Amino acid sequence: MTDISGLAMREAYGRALADYGAVNTRVVALDADTSSSTLSNFFAKRFPDRFFNFGIAEPCMIDAAVGFALDGMVPFANAFAALVALRALEQVRTCVCYARTNVKIAASYAGVSDFKDGPTHHAITDIAIMRSLPEMTVIVPADSYQAAAFVPLIAEYDGPVYFRLNRAATPAVSQPGESLQIGKGVVRRPGRDVTIAACGSMVGRSLKAAGLLSREGIDAGVLDLHTVKPIDKELIISAARQTGAMVSAEEHTIIGGLGSAVAEVLGESFPVPLVRVGIHDTFARTGPDPDAVMDAFGMGIADIVKACREAIGLKRL
Amino acid sequence: MKKYDDSGIAELNKTANYLRKQSLTMIYQRQAGHPGGCLSAADIMAVLYFHVLRIDPQRPGWEGRDRFILSKGHASALLYSALAKRGFFPVSDLDHWGELNCHLQGHPDRLKTAGVDMTSGILGHGIAIACGLAMAARLQRQGFRTYTLLGDGECQGGIVWEGVNACAKYNLGNVTAIVDYNDVQLDGAVHDIMPMEPFADKWRSFRWNVISIDGHDVRQILEALQQAETVASQPTVIIARTIKGKGVSFMENKAHWHGVPPNKQEYEAAMAELEREK
Repeated sequence: MTDISGLAMREAYGRALADYGAVNTRVVALDADTSSSTLSNFFAKRFPDRFFNFGIAEPCMIDAAVGFALDGMVPFANAFAALVALRALEQVRTCVCYARTNVKIAASYAGVSDFKDGPTHHAITDIAIMRSLPEMTVIVPADSYQAAAFVPLIAEYDGPVYFRLNRAATPAVSQPGESLQIGKGVVRRPGRDVTIAACGSMVGRSLKAAGLLSREGIDAGVLDLHTVKPIDKELIISAARQTGAMVSAEEHTIIGGLGSAVAEVLGESFPVPLVRVGIHDTFARTGPDPDAVMDAFGMGIADIVKACREAIGLKRL
Repeated sequence: MKKYDDSGIAELNKTANYLRKQSLTMIYQRQAGHPGGCLSAADIMAVLYFHVLRIDPQRPGWEGRDRFILSKGHASALLYSALAKRGFFPVSDLDHWGELNCHLQGHPDRLKTAGVDMTSGILGHGIAIACGLAMAARLQRQGFRTYTLLGDGECQGGIVWEGVNACAKYNLGNVTAIVDYNDVQLDGAVHDIMPMEPFADKWRSFRWNVISIDGHDVRQILEALQQAETVASQPTVIIARTIKGKGVSFMENKAHWHGVPPNKQEYEAAMAELEREK
């Protein structure tokens, strides 16, 4: 298997979609004038008769994807996350989720990964929005390997999926060839003192934080919860049982996203302290690179380290 | 399309009258629903469901069937009346519309009701979904046609025109849209709330084949749908001028009757009028 860990997440996805298009001729790709950004254009070049550009009209693209799904095809609708999760939300709610059509939404440039364009183009509420919709499955790959490996799994899963992709490369956390399953999180690092439940770009950052914490004698575990919905309750409960303190980490607002999903599981099944890492109810800013924006808005490695110490402190109260 | 003659037209007029009475009865019994837009679209639906659409009530999921999307989903009572009469489910189900365990939802639901090709209710989706369906049909070399029925007020929403644009880009001759142009919406007259004229010109400028008809003249509806089938390079819109509340004199052209059910006295008066028309 080729090593794709250094590829931008969107490129890993775009290449994987094109590869899968050869395997499954029912797959079609739709875009909203962003194919050179989402990189659905890899698919477009190989399968021009199965690629459709709807222009800057995300709601129309989603409804058209619904039409394709009604006729048994497997549409991947590609757009910027900020637009598809907001401007096309009513289409997604009514025609994709309520009507339970087999539409796959590839939401690119998620989180603050479109650092250059600023808060208008950041998607920091999309996990919360999509997670609240009945019938929707929400997948946030941690790295380029997952961005590629999930493509066939999502295509072969019967039902709506929101697939949240970063623009650039995120720290690689997967072992090439490792098996993935929708709804089943991965233990990236076992720990005894505290568990960091992370998704997307924050999985790699959490592993780095865990490395720093080990120098202080704190043994932090890291869960890769690539499927935010349905959340892997068993894995969260078993980690909480082992460490007694949790931290959630996501490139998203702390309201309604992964942190909330983890809090719901803990609150109802195994209450332990939880400290959430993410954007604290504010809009971020334009920055020189994604890392700078993440560090400035509560998603730095130092923020995770601090949250772990806080969670452990709460455990001792 | 199948051939038709004078007796066929007379039969379709009778069916339209039946659909009006059945819809009104459903709305009266449930004390909820949208009488005005059911009555205005009854002739169009009679022609579609009892002459034009290639459908099989025994096989609601038949891949080769023509598709119909009721974009103006609030005319659900009309759609349910037509589906029941065609045999997709027992007519007696109509008495249970809106009950918690009945498959008939307030607005059409493709997962619950046999014969409903697409869930609808929030206005505006029909054309853009029809666009995707028609593209999929072409890609998979399927011969079915996709029809969608819109309201005129619905066309005030931007998503309609996104879909209109996309259907034209892809030259979807297998899409036929019908607009139930009754000029009345919830809050008043369409021409007051947000005028749509010049309406036909709008569609023409979006590169659609436009046919304007009297939406209560069954022969004109049949001819328009037949003509639409002959235009392969463009989608067709049939702009059907109609009367909201058609057939019940005190409901005609009145915004009040968009979404208000009749009381007993009104219902009986309305049914008496519709009986006479038959």
